[in-house]
Amino acid sequence: MNMIKVFAAIAALFVMTACSSNNEQAAAATTTVTPGSVADFRQNVGDRVFFDTDQSNIRDDGRQTLSRQAEWLKKYTNYQITIEGHCDERGTREYNLALGERRANAARQYLIAQGIPAARIKTVSYGKERPDPVGSDEAAWARNRRAVTALQ
Amino acid sequence: MPKTKRFDMMLPRRLTMLGGVAIAAGVTSPARAQLTIDMTRPTFEPVPIAIVDFKGDAVGAQMAGVIRNDLQNSGLFRVIPSSAYIQQNVDASTPPRFPDWRSIGAAGLVVGQVTSSGGNIKVDFRLWDVVSSQQATGLSFNSQPSNWRRLAHIIADAIYKRVTGEEGYFDTRIAYVSESGPGNARVKRIAIMDQDGANNRYITDGRTIALTPRFSPTLQEIVYMAYGENNTPPRVYLQNVDSGRRELLGNFPGMSFAPRFSPDGTKVVMSISENGRTNIYEMDVRGRQLRRLTNSPAIDTSPCFSNDGTQIVFNSDRGGTQQLYIMSASGGGERRVSFGEGRYATPVWSPRGDFIAFTKISSGGFGIGVMRADGSGERMLASGFLVEGPTWAPNGRVLGFFRQQPNSGGRVGSVTLHQIDITGRFERQIPTPTDASDPAWSPLIPQ
Repeated sequence: MNMIKVFAAIAALFVMTACSSNNEQAAAATTTVTPGSVADFRQNVGDRVFFDTDQSNIRDDGRQTLSRQAEWLKKYTNYQITIEGHCDERGTREYNLALGERRANAARQYLIAQGIPAARIKTVSYGKERPDPVGSDEAAWARNRRAVTALQ
Repeated sequence: MPKTKRFDMMLPRRLTMLGGVAIAAGVTSPARAQLTIDMTRPTFEPVPIAIVDFKGDAVGAQMAGVIRNDLQNSGLFRVIPSSAYIQQNVDASTPPRFPDWRSIGAAGLVVGQVTSSGGNIKVDFRLWDVVSSQQATGLSFNSQPSNWRRLAHIIADAIYKRVTGEEGYFDTRIAYVSESGPGNARVKRIAIMDQDGANNRYITDGRTIALTPRFSPTLQEIVYMAYGENNTPPRVYLQNVDSGRRELLGNFPGMSFAPRFSPDGTKVVMSISENGRTNIYEMDVRGRQLRRLTNSPAIDTSPCFSNDGTQIVFNSDRGGTQQLYIMSASGGGERRVSFGEGRYATPVWSPRGDFIAFTKISSGGFGIGVMRADGSGERMLASGFLVEGPTWAPNGRVLGFFRQQPNSGGRVGSVTLHQIDITGRFERQIPTPTDASDPAWSPLIPQ
């Protein structure tokens, strides 16, 4: 039986989405995820880490997430990954493209240090072009300063 | 009776200029100053001007409309509505009844005549100085009828130049990023339009994000940055505007972006990222040789050549925060030129060489400003929640930029193009069919 069920209150999801940087561990009620699946990675490992304004150093909370990512990627070696670097909208377009690249690269270096082969990891920066969430307050900007590990 | 001097000059696109400028002989009267304006002064009154529908062809009224729109939108003219005109049926070749125009407060009067001949149109126009009762300028053109909008812009440029002493900027185009769709899946494609919003057309198809279009000096090509298919990093493309043929400008392992032509069009500077570092490189457009211009662990981007091509201004966070630096166009001699409070970005050197325009980010928000090329004399012209990306009109006296409103309720805020004169006195929105960002103002279209 390789299916597990993850239960979490929807209310808890929303609370964690609003205030936590590793909220992706939370999962919607009665969602079924397959270990080793993209959903497993997103919900039980966390696919993104967050950064301070105009910074690209990995914070403590980000180290924990990236360490979990590294463990998971060592277990499921069939995945290649692309780390997408993003910024909030409070910078200029070209500079933010470079800053997003720097953030993606910082996450990549951390995973390499944890033993993930460099050849498995690509990076791409979206600067401020792909906000998630779309918002113009401090909470939205904090969530937009991110590096997201996408599985292929 | 003033006489129009004529000369012949061959122009591409089958547009021929036949006329010349004729200013009536005689001394300059003091009253004549009223048809001139010094736009660099912080206070001035817009010049009141009447523009009569050109006679002889239905397109004449449309041409007058384009000229009125250009001049009114410059902020330097006040176009008097035709309902106020006393003299009707003004002949384009004989002097008007000047008292009729003086009495409605006009300082200038524009009249024109359109004549069809052999599949072409001939357009004659005159600008009368109403105050001194003299012809101020006059031109005559032959062209294909389809060129009527361009002819109107060229006439508006001639009027602007005669009145302000500065070159006009109406016979130009603006490339920009057309934006549509929801904020988290925004479609961003390159578009080009005339500076007044006419003749809008799309240069990229929108399947991948395309940003930062920049014109070549001849306007025949643009460079821009676009993502590849399937999440692949951005690259710089060179595209022929008319044929649509596009080429990759160097295929590097990392992201390449922020391209800009040298003033002579032979080189493109751009940023290339590698392992989190971003440096500035120069590529020879013909031979495609790449040369590294900066070598720092920092982010060096948004490069722009000086008008004479000898220097490059760019922004870098090598000193901790994003600031403006100038270096030699061959690299080296880097020195910081921005020292105010806040972060400085997107420097663009004026085509006249006298100013550098920039985006400034401070705790209060975003601003568009100008400083002298040595960093002195900083002046802020526009501010807002998010204003970004100044671009110079070719006369170096007007800037374009974009404004973004805050996102709200998961909906992306509106993004619009604007222009402002370098006194910061007159700002207006430039109309676009969709939301629009990152304008790049072209040089004057070659005639």
